[in-house]
Amino acid sequence: MYPADLKYTKDHEWLRENGDGTVTVGITDYAQDALGDVVFVKLPDVGEQLAYGGDFGEVESVKTVSELFSPCDGAISAVNGDLEAHPEWVNEDAYGKGWMVKVALAGALSAELLDAAAYEAFVNAESK
Amino acid sequence: MNLRQREPLIFERSVPGKIGLDLPKLDVPPAKDTRPAHLRRTSFDALPSCSEPEVIRHFTKLSLWNYGMDQGMYPLGSCTMKHNPRLNEKVAGLPGFADSHPMADEALVQGNLALIHTLQEWLKEITGLAAVTLQPSAGAAGELTGVLLIRAYHVANGRKRTLILIPDSAHGTNPATAAMAGYEVVDVASGADGTVSFEDVTDPATGKVKKGLTSLIAEHHDEIAGLMVTNPNTLGIFEHRIDEICKAVHDVGGLVYMDGANMNALVGVARPGDFGIDVMHMNLHKTMSTPHGGGGPGAGPVACTKALEPFLPRPIVVRDTEKIGEGEVPKHTYRWDWDRPQSIGKVHTFFGNFGMLIRALTYCYSHGGDGLRTATLRAIVNANYIRKELMGVYHLPITSPTMHEVVFNDEFQAKNDVHTLDIAKRLIDYGFHPPTIYFPMVVHGALMIEPTESESKEELDAFVHAMKMIAKEAEENPDLLHQAPVTAPLRRMDETTAARKPVLRWQPA
Repeated sequence: MYPADLKYTKDHEWLRENGDGTVTVGITDYAQDALGDVVFVKLPDVGEQLAYGGDFGEVESVKTVSELFSPCDGAISAVNGDLEAHPEWVNEDAYGKGWMVKVALAGALSAELLDAAAYEAFVNAESK
Repeated sequence: MNLRQREPLIFERSVPGKIGLDLPKLDVPPAKDTRPAHLRRTSFDALPSCSEPEVIRHFTKLSLWNYGMDQGMYPLGSCTMKHNPRLNEKVAGLPGFADSHPMADEALVQGNLALIHTLQEWLKEITGLAAVTLQPSAGAAGELTGVLLIRAYHVANGRKRTLILIPDSAHGTNPATAAMAGYEVVDVASGADGTVSFEDVTDPATGKVKKGLTSLIAEHHDEIAGLMVTNPNTLGIFEHRIDEICKAVHDVGGLVYMDGANMNALVGVARPGDFGIDVMHMNLHKTMSTPHGGGGPGAGPVACTKALEPFLPRPIVVRDTEKIGEGEVPKHTYRWDWDRPQSIGKVHTFFGNFGMLIRALTYCYSHGGDGLRTATLRAIVNANYIRKELMGVYHLPITSPTMHEVVFNDEFQAKNDVHTLDIAKRLIDYGFHPPTIYFPMVVHGALMIEPTESESKEELDAFVHAMKMIAKEAEENPDLLHQAPVTAPLRRMDETTAARKPVLRWQPA
């Protein structure tokens, strides 16, 4: 449920380091399950600057609208435009086809990011 | 009783060539068609062809599937779905009102103007504020009017103000209104008791700090145009520090807007003008018993202080009183005051939704001041009766005292995989309209119940019984709840597909 090669935030975003100075960002399996069926994802434009913890988009489900918070500093280098036609991919494949943006990193990753085990423990505590 | 449960679209009932009305042959020369070619319809195939009885049956059947206040309790939290007294309709239908024209000369519609003026006076008294416009057509239109008044006030005073503070428990329309009026929105944290927090609040799960009113005011002081607050708030909790909130905003030169959507909990008991509010709207289609659609549009009058009065939309009805002799009945004339150079302009065609103003004033007169107060107290008692009866059956996430509505959630039922949506859908099987769900968003899986004063104890008991039965079913037969509603003409709607791939109109095959 929480792949070991990813890093996580307490706002339920995941981040994958691509090894070329960019990272891929999405929301976790826990987040998509809590939101329910995703019907719309609003993403930023390529080139937009992100700050760690700042909001960069919205994900809308049949139940609610939730903001997306950036897990890093940097500039948007790609967005997953397919989600416009296929918002269900966020539910079906949160870590794969459901990715949301790629970010060209500016500076180091925050030390606050969690590894898979720490995130799982956080989620288990929150859902109690 | 519907013998046939299915009803196709009117387009699907259509048979080419069938006609409902046989028009006589044209026996005068046809008028010259001056429309440009691209505006002319060349084919009428897209319009359904049905007989008159088919049309009547189709729409009658659809109307029977509708659910409204006249069929049963409609406990939609925040919406105040209360009874629309028939007396309101009778008065609004009097020919002197119903057949008058908005462009008629003042001298011919003195009664209409007197009615508008009288309602303005009632609303001033109820809100404790100095001036009223009846133009805005509903709550959000009232909000925008109010925030534009705040903006006009700052501009007239030569102050550049760019921010509006909004508590995170606010109605969703509040941030939208502020943004539409050109302001940047800054969120104010709520405390554990559900009300506006002066102190910063740390989220126990994430460790994130959300700023409270004190630090936001210190940080932004002379950038703050105002604060928008809903009182009682969307959890039904009275903002018990409202006077301090208003003072803190006033101290930095800001103004306070109150969303009066929940005014049904205050009328005759507390006046916003007395606790420091500068400007607010009221929803006549909530608090003053005018219909929510179906029977007509809404109305969202705005009341404000003397300082904001010059900016109100124009015109306002004013009353001139002729000086007369001792002991004689004073003679009043009413007129439109258009001479308001600082006005923000019009916010509605003519003078607002006049039909709603007639109904609202009828409601005021038929209750009187004491009756309006009694209605408020009964609305609060009714909501608290439900709260007391369902406590322990459904989880009450925030336990502060509440007024006219109560917010439960699905925490107890979630362990059986029964969620808010399932509970709401099952209520349909018990003959009740579901409450507001998944709102306010500060409560996970919210079930927001507002019975209003319209319901008798017997009706409240029937609702409580249904909710208790559903809680029992959640333990014993969760699958039934997943399938609910099972008795409605249509079963569980596929909301996901409807949102992802909406079909907005019928298309020919």
